[in-house]
Amino acid sequence: MSDINQPWTCPVPSLRHKTVLLGHGSGGKLMHQLIDTVFRPLLLPAELPVLNDAATLEIGDSRVAITTDAFVVSPLVFPGGDIGQLAVNGTINDLAVSGARPLCLSAAFILEEGLPMDALWSLVASMRQTAEAAGVPIVTGDTKVVNRGSADQLFITTTGLGVVDYAGVLSVDAAQPGDVVILNGAIAAHGVAVLLAREDMEFAHPVLSDTAALHTLVAEMLDASPHIRCMRDATRGGLASALNEIAESSHVGITLYEERIPIQDEVRGACEILGLDPLHVANEGKLVAVVARDDAEKVLARMREHPLGRDAAIIGEVSEDARHLVLLRTEIGGLRVVGMLSGEQLPRIC
Amino acid sequence: MKQAFIPAAAQLEFRDPTRVAALRQRLQALTADLDESITVMHVCGSHEQAIARFGLRSLFPPNLHVIMGPGCPVCVTDMPEVDEAVYLAQQGVTVVTFGDMFRVPGTVKSLAEAKAEGADVRIIYSPWEVVQIAHKQEGEVVFFATGFETTAVATAALVLAGPPKNLSILSSHKYIPPIMEIVAEMPHTEIQGFLAAGHAATITGWKIFERFVARHGIPVVIAGFEPLDILSALVQLVEIIRRGEQRVANAYPRCVEPEGNRNAQRALWKVFEPFSGVWRGIAYVPNGNLRLRPQYAWVDARERFDIRVSELLAGASPRLTQECICGNIMAGIATPRDCNLYGKECTPETPVGACMVSSEGTCKIWYEYGGHVVS
Repeated sequence: MSDINQPWTCPVPSLRHKTVLLGHGSGGKLMHQLIDTVFRPLLLPAELPVLNDAATLEIGDSRVAITTDAFVVSPLVFPGGDIGQLAVNGTINDLAVSGARPLCLSAAFILEEGLPMDALWSLVASMRQTAEAAGVPIVTGDTKVVNRGSADQLFITTTGLGVVDYAGVLSVDAAQPGDVVILNGAIAAHGVAVLLAREDMEFAHPVLSDTAALHTLVAEMLDASPHIRCMRDATRGGLASALNEIAESSHVGITLYEERIPIQDEVRGACEILGLDPLHVANEGKLVAVVARDDAEKVLARMREHPLGRDAAIIGEVSEDARHLVLLRTEIGGLRVVGMLSGEQLPRIC
Repeated sequence: MKQAFIPAAAQLEFRDPTRVAALRQRLQALTADLDESITVMHVCGSHEQAIARFGLRSLFPPNLHVIMGPGCPVCVTDMPEVDEAVYLAQQGVTVVTFGDMFRVPGTVKSLAEAKAEGADVRIIYSPWEVVQIAHKQEGEVVFFATGFETTAVATAALVLAGPPKNLSILSSHKYIPPIMEIVAEMPHTEIQGFLAAGHAATITGWKIFERFVARHGIPVVIAGFEPLDILSALVQLVEIIRRGEQRVANAYPRCVEPEGNRNAQRALWKVFEPFSGVWRGIAYVPNGNLRLRPQYAWVDARERFDIRVSELLAGASPRLTQECICGNIMAGIATPRDCNLYGKECTPETPVGACMVSSEGTCKIWYEYGGHVVS
């Protein structure tokens, strides 16, 4: 007989993380906890108010931005890109969304013993090509080799240096009620492309990563309006995590309109099949900008003239909300919360 | 492998905002003149996912309560079953399972933690990937197979196809109909109707619920997973409840037939047999579990390995909490909001109960999609 008259409790141990889990690198909540409990208190100055994608320093009369990013994507080559392109574009983008004009990059390589020289050659050649196309040279670097099994083929870390010429101040805590949210194009392609490559799944129309350097697009946007409050590139954790960071830091609410968020049919279909929320899937060439409403059309028009902003759209607005929630008006007219990614979704996505 | 691509247009038909608005109005008209509220239960994580993802709950009339029952297979997988998988993983066996199972806490640790400590644990989307993994290596591979009859059919097909010699199955499959009996018989139940899961009914057929309705007098409507499927099933269910009828209705006729998929049923019952066991946090469920029949002992991990879970527990001090009310939530007599831990100690990052781990768990879904704010 079932013991259905007893109070039902679920006996489970309460867990604390004694070791680092894959989820700590997800770009979502777990990673923010790791930053807040380990890296921030130990490494960063206490007076640093918010964490932007790059740090800005006053050196002489200049405002200089510096950022760094490590790339561990698996597989090294995927439809639409490779680790070399990500390593260049990712760091350029972190500078760009901080309002900085990228000047140069450094690159550090961790190589696993046994990595075929041909593979290394073609990936480094791809880096060079990407950097040349972006007009941002790689000026210094470092190489380390570890025993077979101590790393997986190739990890790359790039650091970027830029100057901030922008008259306004871009900061993740600067969004204000009444502002609008602009996105530069279709979301979730990178995460889906890498996942499909990894799982050996194919669709009739291949999904390509959206990896791209956004600095020239950002330059157009900054030139169009001095009232851009903040920008984020929506990488790990997707659009949802980028917007939650803005809502939380700026103490505002954000409402998105699902039917205005561009997404390719293939990507949408893949997300349905795999049970992924596209708002949580990584991008490598997408940015969100919070812009003063009066300047929104001006910024949007300039973005649409740029190849990386052709599908740019106003996807939502900023409002007062003491709970700092990101809400989504769904395609069928329902309303729901868009949370930050929790746990691990796809390890080693970039 | 090439995957069929579902054209978005076919889905969009079932997401048409105009028809959504019409069904919403119909639901409101059906409930506007009621003195008391109506409570119905669905028994499927995919339904809760759809309700949450599309923000459907914000469209339901305030006096129509749609609650989620024990429809998350990951959530009801019992802790000793997780312990078995963790034990095997720590013995150097490759353990393969679905992503949601990865982080579910066992008595001492989860598979995710075993992996972080060096065990070989892999996540798959389809049982066929298990065979590929086993072919690629010499060592033993164990498929920690969880899920309801829908997933169990795929495991059965894998067994019938003759799996590689180094592959065995650790079955934690569960069978839905018996748990519906328990929920219907609960002393404080307020459930006036059930939405049955369309994918499970595709296999079992809808007639299987007639006996249930006859026994308990509670109507059942089979529902699909698109917004219009769910709304139209709710409209039918509320109409049936208002008329005081006791019957089964099929609101998912494009997939579900009266007798279901007989081939799938044959495969399922050829490989598995029901036995009684505990569902995590809920109850001892007569015939609620599925285990491999004796003639398939050669592919049964419990036969192949000496699984000494007590070794795993020795020296470990599990800190058990009695505050988690997952059981009550899955039984539909409480919501996550009633839980002292929800959103405080228990979050997807630090889950206390399994309902906060699985993407089909009520607590996780409410947390991610804001059931706690917009409902």
